[in-house]
Amino acid sequence: MESLSDIQIGQIRKDFPILSAKVYGKQIIYLDNGATTQKPRVVIDAISEYYSEKNSSIHRGVHFLSEKSTMAYEQARESVRNFIHARSSNEIIFTSGATGSINAVAFSFGEKFIKADDEIMISGMEHHANIVPWQMLCERKKAHLRIFPFESNGELDPEKYKKLFSEKTRLVAFTHVSNTLGTVNPVKEMIHLAHQYNVPVLVDGAQAIQHGHVDVQDMDCDFYVFSGHKIYGPTGIGVLYGKEKWLEELPPYQGGGDMVDKVTFEKTTYNILPFKFEAGTTNFVGAAGLKTALDYITSIGIDKIAAYEKELLVYATEKLSSVESLKIYGTAKNKISIISFLLDNVHQYDAGMVLDKMGIAVRTGTHCNQPVMDYYGISGTLRASMVFYNTRDEINRLYEGLLKVRKMFHKDH
Amino acid sequence: MTVQETQENIIKEFEVFDDWLDKYDYLISLSNDLPVIDQKLKTSENLINGCQSKVWLTAELTDGKMVFTADSDAIITKGIISLLIRVLSNRDPEEVMNSDLFFIDRIGLRENLSPTRSNGLLAMIKKMKLYALAFYTMQNTK
Repeated sequence: MESLSDIQIGQIRKDFPILSAKVYGKQIIYLDNGATTQKPRVVIDAISEYYSEKNSSIHRGVHFLSEKSTMAYEQARESVRNFIHARSSNEIIFTSGATGSINAVAFSFGEKFIKADDEIMISGMEHHANIVPWQMLCERKKAHLRIFPFESNGELDPEKYKKLFSEKTRLVAFTHVSNTLGTVNPVKEMIHLAHQYNVPVLVDGAQAIQHGHVDVQDMDCDFYVFSGHKIYGPTGIGVLYGKEKWLEELPPYQGGGDMVDKVTFEKTTYNILPFKFEAGTTNFVGAAGLKTALDYITSIGIDKIAAYEKELLVYATEKLSSVESLKIYGTAKNKISIISFLLDNVHQYDAGMVLDKMGIAVRTGTHCNQPVMDYYGISGTLRASMVFYNTRDEINRLYEGLLKVRKMFHKDH
Repeated sequence: MTVQETQENIIKEFEVFDDWLDKYDYLISLSNDLPVIDQKLKTSENLINGCQSKVWLTAELTDGKMVFTADSDAIITKGIISLLIRVLSNRDPEEVMNSDLFFIDRIGLRENLSPTRSNGLLAMIKKMKLYALAFYTMQNTK
């Protein structure tokens, strides 16, 4: 697969204003993309232009601006449909983010299909947003949460996954890519297996959508969720993809404007898809920003991005592994460009503080993923999460930073 | 030396560092000066669980003076703890209760007390003052 050249990366970096910022007088090295990605100028401009030229509530009123705004919103929906290869734009629901999407499914699916003693399966590597909503549902319905574990290299064990299915399994939810370990799960095979048991699957794409080609029809997932801000779009906008047959059957998550057909004090009938799940004034500006981000990514090519990020991962893994007493958590064969690691005898918080003062932004702590930390018996890690605007040179700077950290914390211990 | 004077001394000590990493180096060396905490004191009751680092704190009243014992699993946090103890330990509960801790800001470590940082330090200072209030109440109700 064709990658991106250093010259192209140099051009791409110019598209992101924040990448030329300085912190503590040093050029910023942003390696916390797993938490949120930076925004290209086109996205920033799209948001600003929206408020300057189009701002008006959608699906209301016949006036010019409202029409223009509605059109922009529905075009954004169509862009998302196209990006993830959904069959129909009725299957694309705008939400506040991946967390909002999972909560919506946990509520609506739970209301309709979950009763006492039913089982919901999730993997042991889920981040909190794909654990807690299911726990809340189980508590509400007196159902049970079942966990299929991962191995020490960060890969799921297909046998253990298969074994967990029972007659009571009603839904399976797992992540496409682990936010801590970087593992890319074999989602297609896992979904296929779940379907053999007639169990629908929700895939959390929060860490996958920005790193590679996603085709929900080919994957055959029943639900797919992601956040706009992790794919270079604005915060506060996200997507819930659901197969139409499910979305038709599920009751709405929230009530309010836009999701209704007819309201009387006796009874309310609901709007058709996709509006049934979009209560209140939606984040139409966010949707337009997300569309711009997806167009931007498409113009570069998601496959080229994936190929370049793979090269970065290989380079960074090799470079970091050469730091004495550095341990990487998550060594799956199929990984995206996330590296969680610890330096022996150095607390991740100490290392993160020192790197910060060198202008290097990494994440420290549990990454909203406490069960994974418990599995390894650690209190947290450092995490470098790279995307296509990062460079080998930045990884060299991280490497040098880590050598310095080692020197500082090892001399007296 | 008053709480105020001790803080001013610390600020002077930190003025010599113009590089951040030197400042951290100094905090690392201070962390080594902190007396080793008895493992028995590292109980869940004494634990202040931050998302980023853990802090253990306990206090006792000896001859009317408060003595704090504390530790952290992160070295830089521990270095800052040693400064807090230098400022607040061996003082009357009333002094601790009313202390205005301005030195952290002045030596450029304010970010360490941000609630979002969640390293246990902010909660530790609150707990130090709560101990002081408890001891003060105890002293004045005898």
